[in-house]
Amino acid sequence: MYTQGLSGPVDQPDQGHDPEREARFQARIDAEERIEPNDWMPEGYRRTLIRQIAQHAHSEIVGMLPEGNWITRAPSLRRKAALLAKVQDEAGHGLYLYAAAETLDISREELVDQLLAGTAKYSSIFNYPALTWADIGTIGWLVDGAAIMNQIPLCRCSYGPYARAMIRICKEESFHQRQGFEIMLTLARGTVAQQAMAQDALDRWWWPSLMMFGPPDSESQHSDRSMRWRIKRFTNDALRQKFVDATVPQSQFLGLTIPDPALHHDPKSGHWNFGPIDWREFRRVIAGDGPCNRDRLRARRAAHAAGRWVREAALAHAAKRRARAQAAE
Amino acid sequence: MTVPLFDYVLRLADNALVLGHRLSEWCGHGPVLEEDLALANMALDLIGQSRSLYDYAGEVGGRGHDEDALAYLRDVASYRNVLLVEQPNGDFACTMARQFFYSAFMHPYWQAMAASSDPALAAIAEKSVKEVAYHVRHTSEWAIRLGDGTEESHRRMQAAVDELWPYTGELFEADAIEAALIEAGIATDPRPLEGAWRATVANVLKTATLTLPATGWMQTGGRVGRHSEHLGHLLADLQYMQRAYPGAAW
Amino acid sequence: MTEAKWPLFEVFIRSRTGLAHRHVGSVHAVDAEMALQNARDVYTRRGEGLSIWVVPASSITASDPADKEMLFEPTASKIYRHPTFYEVPDEVGHM
Repeated sequence: MYTQGLSGPVDQPDQGHDPEREARFQARIDAEERIEPNDWMPEGYRRTLIRQIAQHAHSEIVGMLPEGNWITRAPSLRRKAALLAKVQDEAGHGLYLYAAAETLDISREELVDQLLAGTAKYSSIFNYPALTWADIGTIGWLVDGAAIMNQIPLCRCSYGPYARAMIRICKEESFHQRQGFEIMLTLARGTVAQQAMAQDALDRWWWPSLMMFGPPDSESQHSDRSMRWRIKRFTNDALRQKFVDATVPQSQFLGLTIPDPALHHDPKSGHWNFGPIDWREFRRVIAGDGPCNRDRLRARRAAHAAGRWVREAALAHAAKRRARAQAAE
Repeated sequence: MTVPLFDYVLRLADNALVLGHRLSEWCGHGPVLEEDLALANMALDLIGQSRSLYDYAGEVGGRGHDEDALAYLRDVASYRNVLLVEQPNGDFACTMARQFFYSAFMHPYWQAMAASSDPALAAIAEKSVKEVAYHVRHTSEWAIRLGDGTEESHRRMQAAVDELWPYTGELFEADAIEAALIEAGIATDPRPLEGAWRATVANVLKTATLTLPATGWMQTGGRVGRHSEHLGHLLADLQYMQRAYPGAAW
Repeated sequence: MTEAKWPLFEVFIRSRTGLAHRHVGSVHAVDAEMALQNARDVYTRRGEGLSIWVVPASSITASDPADKEMLFEPTASKIYRHPTFYEVPDEVGHM
């Protein structure tokens, strides 16, 4: 569920640069046709998609960890079941996205290896810790809320398999943000300690949530090409503003204070103007120095390493069965 | 009559919750993405079963306990699950062996319970039997794959079977609490199910090229509240929020 | 790093509405049996289906996009295959 405007198109010298084919390709995109796996596509388009879809898939998988941290400690059985189902959905969404990337001639194994080697990126938001139960509410409300803003336009992405995966993901995810908001509402209406817990979580997650939309348009070098290819339909800043406009009234309903003294409503534009985002923090967390980057990768590497003998055994057994079936013929 | 029924339903509920909780610990750490989803599906089935059972236990207990009061506010000695389900996840082979042993028992058990003279329990059984049937299939296929896979997987699967074997005897115990309920057709007598269970297990282990352990000493005590050291840690996790913030609603 | 890959299977599900099996996505699995279970665990969590087909992705033969014009465009001119080609006076009623 979590794309982030981390990277624009990959600049790659196209092999056999073919302006005529490219023009035809662009015409198809402009006509809102979907590009399908076997269709001709510029190498830059293919690589840009692989990188974006892979980042998106990795984010789903790494995103299971902060929330997974609370499955065993969920405060009621109803919450426990809902949280487990939600984190399970994220595994499913990672799976759909890896499959979409695989249509572009790269295997899930290669993509996972890139993640584990630390050479692939994933959304910066998951390098923050989930410290209290209110963080689970806040992740659902803000992080999933931000993700949905990002993802709905992707349902109309020019690449068919990605767009279809996003349609399925958006449909399944419609309960995630509501689940989070319901947790926040319960806390906001609860004891003083619960209200403080909710406010503390909002204080910690607000700015990282705004960073989820990626760097400001002024610094986003490759945005134009992704927009032209309809891999992206709105700029980072436009989506960020949309998110803030939708979220401020929800925080007011909850009686929680957004930790931004500069936040104010501009009657002229109708938007909520917000204060400056600390982009140094964003770059630092992306580069590997967020509070949890190392823990997240360590957990993924451990699961992958611990599962290796299982994956090998399953393959070995299937090979034995095939051999026996052949021998019996 | 109310008290034995309450205790009996709690046993069923605690089995389901504790095992569901154990499976939920895998979420995000499975050996392959597809299996991560499968483990969560089984966990959700079991947590769902426990909720229906706690709900009913609260009803027959007559003290107005809801599912969360029963799950979150009882300490180790009041838990009534069998020792098998509280055993740690271990490696994937251990988790599969534990799940297979339990499911291979609960499948005929719920089948029989569908004919319970207690309509509430019969309804829960009817729903659960379908869920558990799938757990049997899923885990027995993994037991076969791992047993008859590589050298390493064979060794791990055999070790898991041997390790958990002494906890399987408790599944077939029936004490005074259950005797009257069995008499009344409310509860199923687990003792006659042992033959079918052994046949299922022996068949799968044979296909898996694994050795059925010799029947030696069987551990017991979970059903009357004498647990292994593991359950306390599990409950510390499970109950943390309710203990740290008494009386709060979440 | 070189770990052998699990094969890819394409998943088709017939929904409750009784329509034909429809492609819904893919799973990795070591054999067809595991693929069926994985498809069940991944793609039917919200009561989406009543029947599953899995097909090894390597078994699918697809038409070449380069042949699209030759294969699919000639049909555009055969408008007499559609009911709206034929005129039936309104007073005849629904036909």
